[in-house]
Amino acid sequence: MPVAVVVAGGVVAVALAVAFSLLVGTQAVSPSGIVNALTGGAVSDQVRGIADSRVDRTLIGIVVGAAVGVCGVVLQGLTRNPLAEPGILGINSGAALAVVVGIKVFAISGVAGYVWFALAGAVLTAVIVQLLALLAPVRAQPVTMALAGAAVMATSTSLVGAILVSDQGALDVFRFWQVGSVAGRDASIVLDVAPLLVVGFVLALSSGSVLNTVALGDDLARGLGQRVLLHRLLAATGAILLAASATALAGPIAFVGLVVPHVVRAVVGPDHRRILLGALFAGPVLVVVADTLGRVVAAPSEVQAGIICAVVGAPFLVGLVRRMNVA
Amino acid sequence: MSTVALDTVATLRAVRRRVHRRQRLLVVALTVLVVGLFLVRALLGDYRISFVDGIRMVSGTTIPGASFIFLESTLPRACMSVLAGAAFASAGAAYQSMLRNPLASPDVLGINLGASAAAVFSVVLLGWSGTPVALVAFSGAVAVALAIHGFAGRGGAATGRMILVGVGLAAVLSSVVHWVLLRADIYRAQDALVWLTGSLGSVSWDEIVRLGVVVAIALPLLTVVTRQLGVLGLGDDLAAGLGVRAHRLRGLVTALVVLLTASATAACGPIAFVGFLSGPIARRLTGGRTSVPAAALVGAAMVLAADYVSAYAVPGTAFPVGVVTGLAGAPVLVWLLVAGRRSIARR
Repeated sequence: MPVAVVVAGGVVAVALAVAFSLLVGTQAVSPSGIVNALTGGAVSDQVRGIADSRVDRTLIGIVVGAAVGVCGVVLQGLTRNPLAEPGILGINSGAALAVVVGIKVFAISGVAGYVWFALAGAVLTAVIVQLLALLAPVRAQPVTMALAGAAVMATSTSLVGAILVSDQGALDVFRFWQVGSVAGRDASIVLDVAPLLVVGFVLALSSGSVLNTVALGDDLARGLGQRVLLHRLLAATGAILLAASATALAGPIAFVGLVVPHVVRAVVGPDHRRILLGALFAGPVLVVVADTLGRVVAAPSEVQAGIICAVVGAPFLVGLVRRMNVA
Repeated sequence: MSTVALDTVATLRAVRRRVHRRQRLLVVALTVLVVGLFLVRALLGDYRISFVDGIRMVSGTTIPGASFIFLESTLPRACMSVLAGAAFASAGAAYQSMLRNPLASPDVLGINLGASAAAVFSVVLLGWSGTPVALVAFSGAVAVALAIHGFAGRGGAATGRMILVGVGLAAVLSSVVHWVLLRADIYRAQDALVWLTGSLGSVSWDEIVRLGVVVAIALPLLTVVTRQLGVLGLGDDLAAGLGVRAHRLRGLVTALVVLLTASATAACGPIAFVGFLSGPIARRLTGGRTSVPAAALVGAAMVLAADYVSAYAVPGTAFPVGVVTGLAGAPVLVWLLVAGRRSIARR
């Protein structure tokens, strides 16, 4: 599929998702009122507030979706594991543990404070899980990686439990973070993590040709003159930066990183450069639509985007696993 | 020629005897360990109680001060430790043996989480308690078990697919649990969190009796049934020729595993790693054979020890027991992964 078609299709899909997100919600405001507010027309303060909050969560949804989607493509490509994803690999729970430690020990609050803890936790967990997976024979790696992720998850969940059972205040802060949501945040928090996002996107999006050679196997990649280790390291750094900043912005959002690469691959074909580009659009569409659906399904209350994504992602995972032939 | 056959028979018989003697010795040794830990847990808390006083209190004498602590806290916790440890561990060992994969225990496959997600949902959002919660937890575990067996399909790779489906379902269920915690008021959320981590802090005698009945029925059955699992290793057709109906056997084992796991989870929450690690540890001790009673005893000892540590390790703070097993279990899991790699490399 030509690049121009991917970009054009992606832009149209994102634009539709954004329109959906801006016009639909729990508050009874007419679409024309929202349009008025956005175009600077005369509207009541209440309508303006609602319009602003929808703009904020849509923007954050776009950024988070793009980051997690691209991150998923890089992780799956690098590990040659169709299930590699920040949630299943335990990266999210490692970030969560670090955030809890931050809340409890250093009394941090607010996204600008979370981001460094989430980053440290994500990096550390990613390294641990990858090292554990290397212990297994190649054919068993999808299973070993999932198990290493599950083990890391169990351990960090115990530690999170140990910290939170004796501290109600920290639990009250943490439980709102851990569901994964793009709501209730000011769009300016994106600026706090902007440097990480920029570096992450540059590294990850430029890794397309590396991922293509990795797909051929290490020996062949080396034979083709690739400096395999260095390039892999750069791509992995990009993916972890993206996962960490997305987790810092929205909390752990599961399954987006799993679903997006497979859907995009089915549409644009096996070239990783196209898949990365497509994920840049498909991720935002998934997160923004999930966030909007979450406002509708249980109105007048809301279901967080992370939960909608998990529920949507589960049947997808099952379908994927059924076609796999794993050890 | 017949002498050769007789020699072989004699050698085989000797080996079998040795293995059986080792297993019997092990079960006796583990029983002694569990009894010892039980007495330590029940009698040697913050408030020390003599063995004789303990007997007198159990038989109805009231000793001011001691009676309350002993009968309402340390003794029930010790009883529940034994029952829950045995239930999780025997279920784990049987499942691992049936699926012939040391990683395929009910907790890794999300069966525990199915029970706890259903229980948390009914307790926090619907305000239920008691028997209905146990029933809901049981249905949650059944649903997950059916899902992973149904979705994984058949064939050589089915176990690997089961693990992946289970891990994925666990991720979904934990996000459901997170959502429930968010919907609850903060006090209930904290209670639910303690329970979700696996806690013996608030066990009641009702729950002990309920779980005791389940364990008393399901554990012996599982022990007998699991002995036949070895035949399944020959393939379903050969097993059928030897008089074992593979489907029915697998169904029975799965039903017992779900029953034990769900009942224990309903009583004290999903205690991390007990079902997962007891089987492999018991296998090491027996010299590579699956023994459900040995695994059950290992599990009981594990929970007793972890509960003692969780209650008294940090003065003034009582952690849920699942925190201790979760922390202690991770290094053991890593060791199992490494050891598994070595044995594969050797082959």
